[in-house]
Amino acid sequence: MGAQLREFRRRIKTVNSTKKITRAMELIAASRIVKAQQRINASRPYAEAITGVVRTVTAEGVVNEDHPLTTPRENPTRAGLVLITSDRGLAGGYSANILRAGEQTTAELRERGLETAPFLIGRKALAFYRFRNRDISNAWSGFSEQPSYDDARAVGNAVLEQFIKGGAEGGIDEIHLIYTRFDSMASQKVVVTKLIPLDPEELPAETESDDAGSGSTGLIEFEPEGAGVLDALLPRYITARIFAAMLDAAASEQAARRRAMKSATDNADELIKQLTRDANSARQAEITQEIMEIVGGAEALAGTGSSM
Amino acid sequence: MATMQVQLVAPDRMVWAGEAEFVQARTVDGELGILPRHAPLLGVLVEGPVRIRRSGADELVAAVHGGFLSVSAEGVDVLAEIVEISEEIDVPRARNALERTRDSEDPAEQAAARRATARLRAAGESL
Repeated sequence: MGAQLREFRRRIKTVNSTKKITRAMELIAASRIVKAQQRINASRPYAEAITGVVRTVTAEGVVNEDHPLTTPRENPTRAGLVLITSDRGLAGGYSANILRAGEQTTAELRERGLETAPFLIGRKALAFYRFRNRDISNAWSGFSEQPSYDDARAVGNAVLEQFIKGGAEGGIDEIHLIYTRFDSMASQKVVVTKLIPLDPEELPAETESDDAGSGSTGLIEFEPEGAGVLDALLPRYITARIFAAMLDAAASEQAARRRAMKSATDNADELIKQLTRDANSARQAEITQEIMEIVGGAEALAGTGSSM
Repeated sequence: MATMQVQLVAPDRMVWAGEAEFVQARTVDGELGILPRHAPLLGVLVEGPVRIRRSGADELVAAVHGGFLSVSAEGVDVLAEIVEISEEIDVPRARNALERTRDSEDPAEQAAARRATARLRAAGESL
């Protein structure tokens, strides 16, 4: 076997085994999307209920004058930026898209004269910031594929602590959240939302329209009265939003990984097809060459034979 | 007897939803009982047992560690960051935790003691 043919055969083998790996990763990611989706669905009742509570409280006018939940601070100086990326790569542009949105938001905030304090989730974000030697407020990793509520609470508490401290004291005045929303298997979108100060108009939409109940009557009792409810609500609302974002991000990560691995597998197929063709033509060229050598040899022998 | 729609919800799952006749929970202002057609109310819960008298089934008792009680025309929602149904509670462990943290001055340990108390009460143990 000629050297060229052997080389092609070897490459086909390599591509084939890579293809097996990417195919397996594609299937694993596909099955994990389903699980991640189930977790999103399981978390929905709580998220909706707590959003409902926030809606009630803000509609009832309990949020008087200057509760930090809804009131933008005067002269904000620093804004917190929560970025949710993945721990592992091989997910196409998943983390890169988040980081790009993060850069853009940072630039926009800077135009408003705000410094940013990054809160990073996922090893990819951490690596990105560390490589550029930037300040990091806080970073978490190791749970991007399976976030638990406790993870969300750790992030929520850290963010809230900085928020309560305020920008003037080296804390933050606003909280922005950047994550990948999972719309469907085929579509995920990077979204940038402002968590705090909360704009009641921007609350996630109610899925089922029960307008009868939300028509506020002003007759709700609060226990404890007034601001006490809000103080208890604020951390839980933030944590619930972060948790929901993490779950969406986890599902999106798997979807992005599935897509990346599918195109890698397709690409491997393409490569194998091309290499097989090349190998075949190399084999044919080799055979042709051999025939020509034999024919040439025979003719030479015949020539010498006749002359003798 | 009149019933109402009740949901007991944790962040990662719906613990229970269905018809109930009576809900008892503990808010920052004290113990609170809700019967059907209660006036709309929003309460902040502290660590403690929540009792739901289900229609056509046993009473459901769960330890909740902080959360909200929301009563509206549609029904009652109990939201809590941690919900433990009485059957799931590890009584010896809760008792140990309580013994260990009962007389502590540390706020974190005091919270742990409150949680252990809530667990034991939800499990129907005497303190």
